[in-house]
Amino acid sequence: MLDSNKGKIVGINGNLLTVEFETYVTQNEVAYAIAGDERLKCEVIRVRGQRADLQVFEDTVGLQVGNDVEFTDELLSVELGPGLLTMVFDGLQNPLNELAEQSGFFLKRGLYLPALDYEKKWEFTPSAKVGDNLSAGDTVGSVPEGIFEHRIMVPFSLKGQWELTEIVEKGDYKISDTVAKVANNKGETQDISMVQLWPVKVPITCYKEKLLPTKPLITQQRIIDTFFPVAVGGTFCVPGPFGAGKTVLQHALSQYAEADIVIVAACGERAGEVVEILREFPHLEDPRTGKTLMDRSIIICNTSSMPVAAREASVYTAVTLAEYYRQMGLNCLLLADSTSRWAQAMREMSGRLEEIPGEEGFPAYLESLIAGFYERAGIVELNGGGTGSVTIGGTVSPAGGNFEEPVTQGTLKVVGAFHGLSRERSNARRFPAIHPLDSWSHYTSIIESEKLETARACLRRGTEVNQMMKVVGEEGTHIDDFMIYQKSEFLDYVYLQQNTFDNVDGSTEEERQVYVFDKVIKILNTKFKQKDKDEARRLIQEFRQLFIDWNYVEMDTSEFKSFEETIDKKIAANV
Amino acid sequence: MRKVYHRILQIAGNVITVEADNVGYNDLAEVTSSRGTSLAQVIRLEDEVVSLQVFAGSRGISTGDEVRFLGHPMRVSTSENLLGRLFTGGGLPRDNRAPIDYDLVDIAGPSVNPAKRIIPRNMIRTGIPMIDVFNSLVESQKLPIFSVAGEPYNQLLARIAMQAEVDVIVLGGMGLKHDDYLFFRNTLDEQGALSRTVMFTHTASDPVVECLLVPDMALAVAEAYALENKRVLVLLTDMSNYADALKEIAITMEQIPSNRGYPGDLYSKLAARYEKAVDFDSAGSITILAVTTMPGDDLTHPIPDNTGYITEGQFYLRNGRIEPFGSLSRLKQQVNDKTRDDHRVIMDTMIRLYADFKETLEKQSMGFQMSAWDDKLLAYGIEFESKMMDLSVNIPLEEALDLGWKILSDNFDKMETGIKTDLLEKFWPKDKK
Ligand SMILES: Nc1ncnc2c1ncn2[C@@H]1O[C@H](COP(=O)(O)OP(=O)(O)OP(=O)(O)O)[C@@H](O)[C@H]1O
Ligand SMILES: [Mg+2]
Repeated sequence: MLDSNKGKIVGINGNLLTVEFETYVTQNEVAYAIAGDERLKCEVIRVRGQRADLQVFEDTVGLQVGNDVEFTDELLSVELGPGLLTMVFDGLQNPLNELAEQSGFFLKRGLYLPALDYEKKWEFTPSAKVGDNLSAGDTVGSVPEGIFEHRIMVPFSLKGQWELTEIVEKGDYKISDTVAKVANNKGETQDISMVQLWPVKVPITCYKEKLLPTKPLITQQRIIDTFFPVAVGGTFCVPGPFGAGKTVLQHALSQYAEADIVIVAACGERAGEVVEILREFPHLEDPRTGKTLMDRSIIICNTSSMPVAAREASVYTAVTLAEYYRQMGLNCLLLADSTSRWAQAMREMSGRLEEIPGEEGFPAYLESLIAGFYERAGIVELNGGGTGSVTIGGTVSPAGGNFEEPVTQGTLKVVGAFHGLSRERSNARRFPAIHPLDSWSHYTSIIESEKLETARACLRRGTEVNQMMKVVGEEGTHIDDFMIYQKSEFLDYVYLQQNTFDNVDGSTEEERQVYVFDKVIKILNTKFKQKDKDEARRLIQEFRQLFIDWNYVEMDTSEFKSFEETIDKKIAANV
Repeated sequence: MRKVYHRILQIAGNVITVEADNVGYNDLAEVTSSRGTSLAQVIRLEDEVVSLQVFAGSRGISTGDEVRFLGHPMRVSTSENLLGRLFTGGGLPRDNRAPIDYDLVDIAGPSVNPAKRIIPRNMIRTGIPMIDVFNSLVESQKLPIFSVAGEPYNQLLARIAMQAEVDVIVLGGMGLKHDDYLFFRNTLDEQGALSRTVMFTHTASDPVVECLLVPDMALAVAEAYALENKRVLVLLTDMSNYADALKEIAITMEQIPSNRGYPGDLYSKLAARYEKAVDFDSAGSITILAVTTMPGDDLTHPIPDNTGYITEGQFYLRNGRIEPFGSLSRLKQQVNDKTRDDHRVIMDTMIRLYADFKETLEKQSMGFQMSAWDDKLLAYGIEFESKMMDLSVNIPLEEALDLGWKILSDNFDKMETGIKTDLLEKFWPKDKK
């Protein structure tokens, strides 16, 4: 094999280069277009005859026909090793803070930096012994990374069985230092360091088997955990028109979801929204660990004005990092906002490639790519025992807010839960604006199904009554129906709606959800004595007031108890 | 001396092709025809064939005309001497004064590293309750006015601009009517703001390609000033004309449309411009206020739809009022917790009740009997519309919040508002029940 394969640019259309190459190229390999002293990263995305089409991860201003291109023979990959947590990367895993130190306010074209710190020393504790039989993904030792035990593993790309021939003593090492050596029966040897490369578009599959996601992933959002739960290792999507609250909801999940590691992929959306995370997470305490939220997070940030091809890569970069930590037996939550921007990036490239377009100009293979992405979620039984998981939640931004479009439809086919945001609800400031009748989940709720059915029936009937009232008016509505409508509104206000920006109401733990939901069900099931509609409305409004106030007090306080007593008394007084 | 090419292979729409070598992508060229000289920009390279978009349009260009490549992309001056001046989309003086061809920077420069941004924190007070109370405007926000032809959107734009405390105003006019240009100029002049304003305007009669340059020219200038610690306000009106110009070029280039003829990269193109809004870590800021007219008053049309997905909210101007539904400031929560304790609750409660009012209104129009509760809502809605929503209202935020409590207590009792008890105790007018 040649160590450096070359080519020349013969065409430029936006961020698409057509390159005539000399010997051979590999689909999805990385190449560099040379423009003066700048080297612009590209990826081969199509080959026809002696010409390859490359997407450039940069602005192509000033490139010329005739410029050199160098092929690397390596697929687009990320660096995996200790030190990923707390980092902020662009879609290609360039560390943004370090880029800022070098190039200031603006992202400089062609400037790429290592994702990890190669000087920092980590305290390595070996766990494998000489003579151990190992294969890809097996643990040889670990280093502490914050509160986590970061496993150092046999590179995922090593094929077959290997025997450990050497391992270093416990001590401080740089990530590129060799910490172990292995050999196979063909006499090949391999050094193992604390960093390895992995191609982002290929799933990591060093595990025994994929298990069925059954355990709820508590998000502390009542409408999700109770009505449309997410499972550890499951998938969910949040489609909604602009401004309906997708990002606010994802931010809430990134703070409160009970996962070990949270990876936020800001994909083609506003820079300002990421800045909020960047600046706030280092100061927000994770109540479950006492550390900051940043200590358990990685942020992949390829916002809308950053190069569009890198946006396409960013979701893969993110999911690869999640899979890596999954291999350590951790539960990772990947939040991608917005998968539509990722799909649009593919549409832009597909258009430049002049492929035959599918619906709305999206490429015909869109659905299989979406499916392939969500397929990387899952809870797995690891080779060495124990489980690890990747849960994926993606937002979708459908054109015109209409869910009958390729990205939403392609996503709905593959996810396990659908949190559809509604314009009506966000207009009426009923947040989170998840539609309580249209949304669904295949996963198990924290609430018993009987009680849940009571609440669902109330919501359904309440909506029907409301529709009916629009035809026959309040006066033509029976008091019992009217009461059902009032109760459904009550349920909506005090339980489905949740004030994200309040310290107490913003997150509701499982225990509290179960507790309060019982009380809500009690109201729904009680036949109150009120026979007059104004009185009925009044009573329910009073309950609403009590519950809202109740929602704002911490659970283990006397105030909480006293609200509960007042509510109980009021129920008793009105039957 | 750069090479001159004399053989134009193809002329279609505003795009011409020539055979040339050593041409950089997005570089500029001068095309000289019997009509004069126009700039053109390289938009595609295929072997020796270069496609150029001619800024002045291709009308009158003949196959034998001259094309000379300049070897650099479009540039604009960022000199302080731009202040008080008026230019075309192509950067030429429109005010009969001397051109400014020094302190040049490339337009459409790279994107700001997100790590160098800070969280916006300064509220821009406008004196308009529908903005200050319900959708506070924040320095460095990017926010369009969604509207339709005939609405006073340019007036609103100018009013906010005049109220905002900024160092520099950059106006980018796209398809701007001459009257509107005069309106802006006179308003700026009357308020003594003309000398800190730079204007780039493209009028409906100018070539369409120049329209495409306006946002980039305006924003490049804004960026340079912001880096000099200035607080810059950029006004872009009307971005729908920009989007339509993109569509026109895309069709000429035979690109596959994605939605109603608009190109698939409309989102990225708009985002690259709007994302120039920034609050720099240790430098100035750029706030972008734009106008987006909605074809057919349709919010789901690709232009407003893509815009809404990019900007940090929108003011929905309709029937001469800023509608509470459809209007949104996504940055409001950055500032409305530092104004007054009751700001958020007034904002939420009044809108919720206004939504209920709208429902009652519907019931009423269908001839249903109104309950006592409906009557309350009706009275409330009418008072809210006349005292808060009307654009002629011009009061400071604090007064508007007091007015909110008054309107609520005029029409409801405490319990009916659903407001937390501690806030009711603090703010509910003492003379009301
Ligand atoms: N849970 C919530 N509580 C209160 N306000 C909310 C909530 N969710 C959303 N909002 C309001 O709605 C605005 C828009 O929300 P958000 O940015 O999450 O929308 P989005 O669906 O992500 O929109 P886009 O698709 O344009 O990114 C927020 O700025 C906030 O004002
Ligand atoms: Mg969003």
